Amino acid sequence: MSSKKSDRRRFLKASTALAAGALGAKSGLAAEAANEPKAGPRNYANLGERSRFVTTARKDDYLNRLYPSKKVTPLQDLMGIITPASLHFVANHSVPPDVDPREYRLLIHGMVDRPMTFTLDDLQRMPSDSRIYFVECNGNGAPGKHGMSTARPEKTTSENVQDIHGRTSCSEWTGVPLSVVLNEVGVQKGASWIVSEGYDSQKYSHSLPLSKAMDDVLLAYGQNGEPVRPEQGYPVRLLAPGFQGPESVKWLRQIKVVDEPYVTREEISMHSYLSPNLQGKARWFHFEMPPKSVILRPAMGQQLPGKGYYEITGLAWSGGGAIRRVEISVDGGRSWKDAKLQEPVLRFAHTRFRFNWTWNGEETVILSRCTDERGTVQPALAEFSKRLGAPKDFWRTSSVFHFNAIQPWKIERDGKVTDAMEL
Amino acid sequence: MRWNSNLLVPVAALALCATGLAQTPRYNFGRAATPEEIRSYGVLVGPAGKELPPGRGSAKEGAPIYAQKCAACHGKNGEGTKVGPDVVGGKGTLASAHPVRTPGSFFPYATTIWSYIKSGMPANKPGSLSDDEVYALTAYLLSLDEIVKESDVLDAQSLPKVRMPNRNGFVPTVPVWPEAPAQRRQYP
Ligand code: HEC
Repeated sequence: MSSKKSDRRRFLKASTALAAGALGAKSGLAAEAANEPKAGPRNYANLGERSRFVTTARKDDYLNRLYPSKKVTPLQDLMGIITPASLHFVANHSVPPDVDPREYRLLIHGMVDRPMTFTLDDLQRMPSDSRIYFVECNGNGAPGKHGMSTARPEKTTSENVQDIHGRTSCSEWTGVPLSVVLNEVGVQKGASWIVSEGYDSQKYSHSLPLSKAMDDVLLAYGQNGEPVRPEQGYPVRLLAPGFQGPESVKWLRQIKVVDEPYVTREEISMHSYLSPNLQGKARWFHFEMPPKSVILRPAMGQQLPGKGYYEITGLAWSGGGAIRRVEISVDGGRSWKDAKLQEPVLRFAHTRFRFNWTWNGEETVILSRCTDERGTVQPALAEFSKRLGAPKDFWRTSSVFHFNAIQPWKIERDGKVTDAMEL
Repeated sequence: MRWNSNLLVPVAALALCATGLAQTPRYNFGRAATPEEIRSYGVLVGPAGKELPPGRGSAKEGAPIYAQKCAACHGKNGEGTKVGPDVVGGKGTLASAHPVRTPGSFFPYATTIWSYIKSGMPANKPGSLSDDEVYALTAYLLSLDEIVKESDVLDAQSLPKVRMPNRNGFVPTVPVWPEAPAQRRQYP
């Protein structure tokens, strides 16, 4: 655990002692009263704030000279499955717009019977739905983040689990189903894709199969009970559940209904990748995020204060649907036991897992492995590399997206937790 | 509508079918968009180039525009700088241990280059280029990679016909969703 955490534990112990003292003998009361917290504010702010003792925050991801820097979520500090909007990761490829909701217009046109524009009010008056979905960057946890690769774009050193895996977050999204809005404009026969564009500086655009658009995509204007945050696409964004983050276009400006993928620069230059088994060809339109789990406590960057009981906890999710199973190994992968899945276990949402563990103080490696509703199992690195046809030194110079190899954390004898991914 | 619990699926599926068949507006929100309004949103250009606007440009015309508006970030000859990536070169490297992905070596369609320059470049003043300038700059970058000749004119007709070297460099050839299980297993 981080020193911050053990401080908190010490603090909790101190307050228990205080309560006992208050009930018990008078002696020592004066000394303990010194631990009594000071009074809080005389009034509450109308926009609530967290305790001044809580410091968890996002961190800068690698910097881009032209656009605001990307941010990673402090997964290690999250509780349950929801990511507070203020801690949601950010991975924009442009300067975000400052959209006035009164001026906002969404144009839907192309192969439709009635090209139309919609105001925010129009969209918010249509039938709404709220659903809990994760959004994950397709480069989350990529090999470069494990400190080996020199490949673009993840050239950084990672200090903790947040740096490696913090490009996934999970929110309750509220909006109107895209199928409802497409029905208003009347999709014509022969249409098979949509292409969506944002109001950001580069007019970011991406293509989505119409089959997905009509299935479960939301035009989201709400996030965790409040309007979507500016860096998350205020006032309206696409939310394509289970698909790689780049499909969920933010600050939605126009949707064109078309009959082929539009092959935008982002989907080629940024979101397609070469891999050895493809011999010079690249995988494109790779939508679904694969099943993945990560232990978040204990995890890289933390320090265990000593042997004894620990709850191993973390998150699992899959673009293939719901998580069915998470297994934990505390002996470097020799044996595996099921972790407890915390309800609710939802499709395309983060799923919290927990596992009781007593550390004997010896050096070991802990791992988690998940299985989704299709029966797809999160692969070990060796298996992932084999499927990719990656030679041994591949990861030093190259990177891939949708990297979901099992994450091993090494617990050293002094309690230090480090990254044991052997790329 | 796969997010619902199993119990709800039949109902949701019915609703979806009804949507597919009826195609009549049910809520009457939104306003009909006029052709001028649609035009004011600018173009989204697909590989067929149907949306490409009138205008034209050659590499010869593009060279001075590049020097003035692009070279500071992408280098005098497109080799890239600390700020902007390389935008030429990389021919024949994709199958090697050190692939160099540039528009010329990697992009399957010239329309992709045109669209991105039009909407996103120059990065410090996106949207500021005229259609003629974008045709000329696209021609210029392609000429540095010897994909078009210096005097070739690119316009709405010729641009989509440019044969990009990596035209067939992507799998699956026809992208679909959902993917068959076998296809999902084929590519990690
Ligand atoms: C202020 C710096 C800057 C200027 C000026 C600039 N660019 Fe760029 N350009 C960039 C950056 C940065 C990127 C990468 C953007 C990203 O990754 O999101 C880029 C990307 C590109 C790409 C895509 C390359 C690829 O492989 O994906 C093309 C093409 C391009 N620029 C062309 C141009 C042209 C043509 C001009 C001149 C009109 C221009 N740029 C001016 C900074 C600049």
